[in-house]
Amino acid sequence: MEMVKTEGLVFEYIRRNDEGEVESINRAVDNVDLRINKGDFIAILGHNGSGKSTLAKHINAILTPTEGSVWVGGINTREEEHLWDIRQNAGMVFQNPDNQIIGTVVEEDVGFGAENLGVPTEEIWERVEKSLKAVGMLEYRKHSPNKLSGGQKQRVAIAGIMAMKPQCIVLDEPTAMLDPMGRKEVIETVMELNKKEKVTVILITHYMEEVINADKVFVMDKGKVVMEGTPREIFKEVEQLKRYRLDVPQVTELSYELRKSGLKIPEGILTVDELVKAVCALKKE
Amino acid sequence: MPIIIDKLQYVYSPQTAYEKHALKDINLVINDGEFIGLIGHTGSGKSTLIQHLNGLLRATGGTIYFNGQDIYEKDFSMKYLRSKVGLVFQYPEHQLFETTVYRDVSFGPKNLGLDQLEVDVRAYEAIRMVGLGEEMVDVSPFELSGGQKRRVAIAGVLAMKPEVLILDEPTAGLDPKGRDEILEQINKLHKGSGITIILVSHSMEDVAKYADKLVVMNNGGIAFYDTPHKVFEHYKELEQMGLAAPQVTYVMHELKDRGIPVKTSATTVEEAREEILRILKK
Repeated sequence: MEMVKTEGLVFEYIRRNDEGEVESINRAVDNVDLRINKGDFIAILGHNGSGKSTLAKHINAILTPTEGSVWVGGINTREEEHLWDIRQNAGMVFQNPDNQIIGTVVEEDVGFGAENLGVPTEEIWERVEKSLKAVGMLEYRKHSPNKLSGGQKQRVAIAGIMAMKPQCIVLDEPTAMLDPMGRKEVIETVMELNKKEKVTVILITHYMEEVINADKVFVMDKGKVVMEGTPREIFKEVEQLKRYRLDVPQVTELSYELRKSGLKIPEGILTVDELVKAVCALKKE
Repeated sequence: MPIIIDKLQYVYSPQTAYEKHALKDINLVINDGEFIGLIGHTGSGKSTLIQHLNGLLRATGGTIYFNGQDIYEKDFSMKYLRSKVGLVFQYPEHQLFETTVYRDVSFGPKNLGLDQLEVDVRAYEAIRMVGLGEEMVDVSPFELSGGQKRRVAIAGVLAMKPEVLILDEPTAGLDPKGRDEILEQINKLHKGSGITIILVSHSMEDVAKYADKLVVMNNGGIAFYDTPHKVFEHYKELEQMGLAAPQVTYVMHELKDRGIPVKTSATTVEEAREEILRILKK
């Protein structure tokens, strides 16, 4: 079953002058056909301005297509009467944790979304507890959010979305402002929600090592999806990724450099462990 | 002349329930022309420290000597300090406000009271130094890409001709190529003009590649101050502090643990490649 489907999706930012005449058109998303299955962990890569965020904003109907269509959980995002169903179904987490926290106490912040959906109070508290547990932040429920670290704030933001019981979470560079530990916390939390709660995850990131566990990776350039495959298939193409202003995880780059130097190391190595095994095998020969 | 930080302390909201010792007895000497990487988890005191270096925050204890002068002496000019120590904040593109790139970059030098010719020279030089073309000069900064906007903001600080340039996470939110471009540009600037660079970063790979020395902050104190090779040898302690080592350093340690006699000091792809080739060709 498909969680998200797009067909011929086009989105244009249109700039008008004072008289309302069109001054320029920027086609940010250009004819994208996407199929994302329920329960998948999807990553979207692409340079700044490649159209990733514009595409993501279609998944919870912040934007609606200029041409083509988007279906979320089977609902066309053009159907305004279902707008709130779509937004409840597909939650979004943004880059800056400080811009998306509004409560003065963690548990109130987490309950805010569910409260606005009209969930009965008793059930809100149940959901808050469950969501905080799922992101490993239950012990902070009575804390003030502004005393938390960046990674903890992002986990609180994710818990707020989980309390709305979405089938899908879209994360738009959730780790860009975090330190190494914060990045790790957030990615591990998201992976766990995907595995245990079966939530579909769509992760947009500039950190290549965060996507090695994704089921599928999409690479965007100039508004189009230009590569699609498993992390191993994608990260094999080191030169092509660099042309798209992207990169590979550092260990993949090291493996690639060693291959270029004539060592028999397999293509598409993604983890420290894989490379270490490959080098050990060569040493034994 | 070096910057000498002497027993620097800073307490937020002293004598209240929110009292927080953000800097605890910091001692540090930064020599002219060094490229320093400043790392530490969120809340470790990095931003508080750098705000002291150009006088935005005033220490609650200890002092800083800049070019031999105590910056807290009565007759010391903070304006002079701020023209010599340039600070590029996080997401500096949010501070762009002028209608053209040229006007934005020349705003600082104009306010120093320089004559028009000098302002022009500095603005054009700064724009060139960050790798933006002449054709950008009259463009609105708001029409540029994220990475370009950030360069305009950095150019605005460079036009002040600082002797020390401090950058607080200049690559946050940029794509990998954009990250490389900005860091290469900073590196070139450092090599070309001998300016002192202090780079605050959450990317261990980046500081390992560019910095001569690393300052590691933890809970308001300095945990390590040494070369990247030496600092990343302590990768286990760094993890305890919410940090890490570059991925290649883990590869080297793991190889050694499995009985392959590699040196574990590699912190960049290039160093790791050479060491692995050396050991396999034996």
